Amino acid sequence: MIKGKGIPLAISFLTGTIIIIAFFIPHAPFGSFEEISLRWYSIIAGFTMLLGVDSLLRLHTNKIKRKENHWAYSIVLLFGFLLIVIVGIISTIRYGNAFLTGSGFMYMYDNMIIPLQSTMFSLLAFFIASAAYRAFRARNFDATLLLITAIIVMFGRVPISEMISPKIPIFTEWIMSVPQMAAKRGIIIGIALGAIGVSLRIILGIERSYLS
Amino acid sequence: MITIGIWIAAGLTLCIYSFLYKDNPFYKFAESFYVGISAGYWLIYTYAYVIQPMLIEPIRNRGEFVLLIPAFFGLIMLSRWVPKIAWLSRWSIAFMVGIGAGLGVTGYIQGFLIPQIQATILPITGFNITSLNNLIIIVGVITTLLYFYFSKEHKGILGWTSRIGITFIMIAFGASFGYTVMARISLLIGRFYFLIYDWIIPIFG
Repeated sequence: MIKGKGIPLAISFLTGTIIIIAFFIPHAPFGSFEEISLRWYSIIAGFTMLLGVDSLLRLHTNKIKRKENHWAYSIVLLFGFLLIVIVGIISTIRYGNAFLTGSGFMYMYDNMIIPLQSTMFSLLAFFIASAAYRAFRARNFDATLLLITAIIVMFGRVPISEMISPKIPIFTEWIMSVPQMAAKRGIIIGIALGAIGVSLRIILGIERSYLS
Repeated sequence: MITIGIWIAAGLTLCIYSFLYKDNPFYKFAESFYVGISAGYWLIYTYAYVIQPMLIEPIRNRGEFVLLIPAFFGLIMLSRWVPKIAWLSRWSIAFMVGIGAGLGVTGYIQGFLIPQIQATILPITGFNITSLNNLIIIVGVITTLLYFYFSKEHKGILGWTSRIGITFIMIAFGASFGYTVMARISLLIGRFYFLIYDWIIPIFG
């Protein structure tokens, strides 16, 4: 009984319902429940970080033990992980907070994480061209429309377009704020309706896949 | 120290860009290092911005022992490491999913659904540009929503309206794609700017 799904379903029902009640009755004892539960949520989510890190480290430790393909890169990964964690701990002890400017941790963040992150994303600028070729071949009306809109938006965002005609950036802005906004709004409304539906199914215990 | 930092950043940047030639050990090194260092970064971040200020400090300094409840749920989340008591982690998952679902109902209604509907109810006051734009937005929102209505076959009026809807969706996707490309190009320019002005010119003159 205690190991079954009864207690988890009751917990989901109670927490979900109390948050909804708190929304409609913003007074004691419900008033601060949303804020408290968000804080509690963050704390529990913090612990899940350990599960994720454990999973990553276990995977790569096993790779090294079994000498699987490219196992040497797993050593690099573990080295990077240990390096920043050790520097982070030392910075926390020394400065009280690892995130203070001038700490070794922030030095690693500025000179390693930021360059790696932005370079990884900028690399997509090259590959997006080949993706665009495949996606934008004007095979039908819809694909042509996608192609033309993308070209206008890209062109309208660079200074040369204004030099050719000042109307191009204005037209780009119109695309972004009228037809693009309309479709985006439709999609957001659809997502919101879907999310509300799924949330109600979870609270009422109809949706149980998260417990399997 | 600053110079060493610039050399490290430039080296890692070049390692990643070496992938443009082909997959190679330099790229793989930088990629693995990035994954490891990011995982470590988020671990320290979680401690510094979540566990320390939201759990340890309030208990230690203000005696908020009620926070032992989420700490308990957090700890039983780790029961996944012990197969015999792994079922306990369902309680924590249920707690998080319950909060997420509760906020899903209230948050999506308050933060997305109502504001988006409100913003779509626009005035059409005669033949002018503003009214035309408002009309396009109203038609675009309704037809986009109808395109995603799959409970009835897209034939007749529903077929025509969903056809208009897909036209709007294609314009939106094209615009989003163009926008994303430009964002990536900006990042690329930023990296080249760093390589040229922060690394090559100051160091090699």
